[in-house]
Amino acid sequence: MTHIDVHSALQASTALPYHDLVTRRTGAAVRTLIEHQLAGLKDGTVAFLDFSRIGVLDRSCADEFVAKLMLPRTSDHPARDGYVVFHGVNEMHLETIESVLHAHGLALVVQFPDGAAHLVGAVSETERQLWDLVMRGPARHVEALAEAAGLPADHTRALLDSLARRRLVRHDDDTYRPLGAAA
Amino acid sequence: MTAVITVPASLDESNFESVVEQLAPLPADAKILVDARHCRFATPYGLTALLCLAQSRAERPDFAPPEDDSTASYWARSSFFRYAEELYTMRGATPRPRASGDSDVLLEVTPVAKSEDVHAIVGRIQDKATQILTTKLDLEPRATMGFAMTLSEACSNIIEHAGRGGWVMVQRYNWSKRRVGRDVVQIAVCDAGIGFRRSLEQSRARALSERWDDAIALETGVMQGVSRFGDPGRGQGLKGIRGYVHRFDGKLTVRSGTARIAPIIPEWDEDVPRRDDLAPFAGTQLQVIIPKRVPAP
Repeated sequence: MTHIDVHSALQASTALPYHDLVTRRTGAAVRTLIEHQLAGLKDGTVAFLDFSRIGVLDRSCADEFVAKLMLPRTSDHPARDGYVVFHGVNEMHLETIESVLHAHGLALVVQFPDGAAHLVGAVSETERQLWDLVMRGPARHVEALAEAAGLPADHTRALLDSLARRRLVRHDDDTYRPLGAAA
Repeated sequence: MTAVITVPASLDESNFESVVEQLAPLPADAKILVDARHCRFATPYGLTALLCLAQSRAERPDFAPPEDDSTASYWARSSFFRYAEELYTMRGATPRPRASGDSDVLLEVTPVAKSEDVHAIVGRIQDKATQILTTKLDLEPRATMGFAMTLSEACSNIIEHAGRGGWVMVQRYNWSKRRVGRDVVQIAVCDAGIGFRRSLEQSRARALSERWDDAIALETGVMQGVSRFGDPGRGQGLKGIRGYVHRFDGKLTVRSGTARIAPIIPEWDEDVPRRDDLAPFAGTQLQVIIPKRVPAP
């Protein structure tokens, strides 16, 4: 698990004392810097991106930063095995982030101030139900999760594999478990 | 010969059309004098659009400033003359801007040409406007963040799409005697760039459309969120602006080329959703009006 302060990344990437994530150019600069930081992490690491010192987040910047950061991580064959959890987002940040996630069919895990993790973005109700079951931990087999959800095992496996491919749960051996300490 | 363009006594979004109509028959390189001597009132839209007018001309125009002292003083405090002097040859004295404690100008006329400008604008509006938006407009602190986001998206569109720099200004008004009957804040974001039609000329929407003009381009860009870029994440900015304006019972109008649309018309105002065949004017001019919040019954 590692902590990345988005505000520090913003200031480092623009070399100016900004607090707001606005404009596509800024979003691209921050994404590039954070991608570089993520590339230096060990496989399987959960990176907590901390937005708590960020002011305004606009949609253009969020599209350039959040969506384009997540897109390559959710492909069938991502270049790296890593996870990203957002932390310290306020209500307005969340609304903006959700809108860009939906535009790209993406989802991610957000940890709220009370410590609870939530799934935000483009997910079905059944996916959310399964994700909630996984988050109750510890690691569980498909059969146990299927029984708890009242779904056929094959269908459950397909959905869980999809959640794992989208980096929303971990899939190790034959079990599924939450992302790091955020859970 | 110099053609005289008369600025109306009240220069707002609606009355600026009379200025555009006077310009329409003139070639871009015609020498003009923009005569604002008898103007007594101008909104952010009027002031920023006057700067766009100068930018749109091939020949540097002349400008006669308002004769009324208080009007000229307000234009100076709004930083209008600071930029007008770069674009126009001034015909007449302009006052020096003096601090007046005028808290109704939330953001003076400010150029928008690069990403750094948007950061500065968002920072300044949060410093200056948050108190006014919460105390005078009764908006929740959360809403002020949406207000700043609206500004940043509108200004970013200039950088991304206009092809040349533009202008932004924000002002509070007491409209207790108007139909809305309460305070409002006006945002104007204007440029003299390529406009929606040319920006979307290479888009898929253009290829699929049988009819193509400024009005169609405006609806395609503003209502459907289509961008000249094929990326599905594009068009988010205007969608966000529409959402914010709608949520806070505001009004949004966008003019480009020969068309103007009003995607969001609140109950407190009367307007038409779309106007075609206006006199042509360069670029895109966007206005947002956010009224004081009315408590739920």
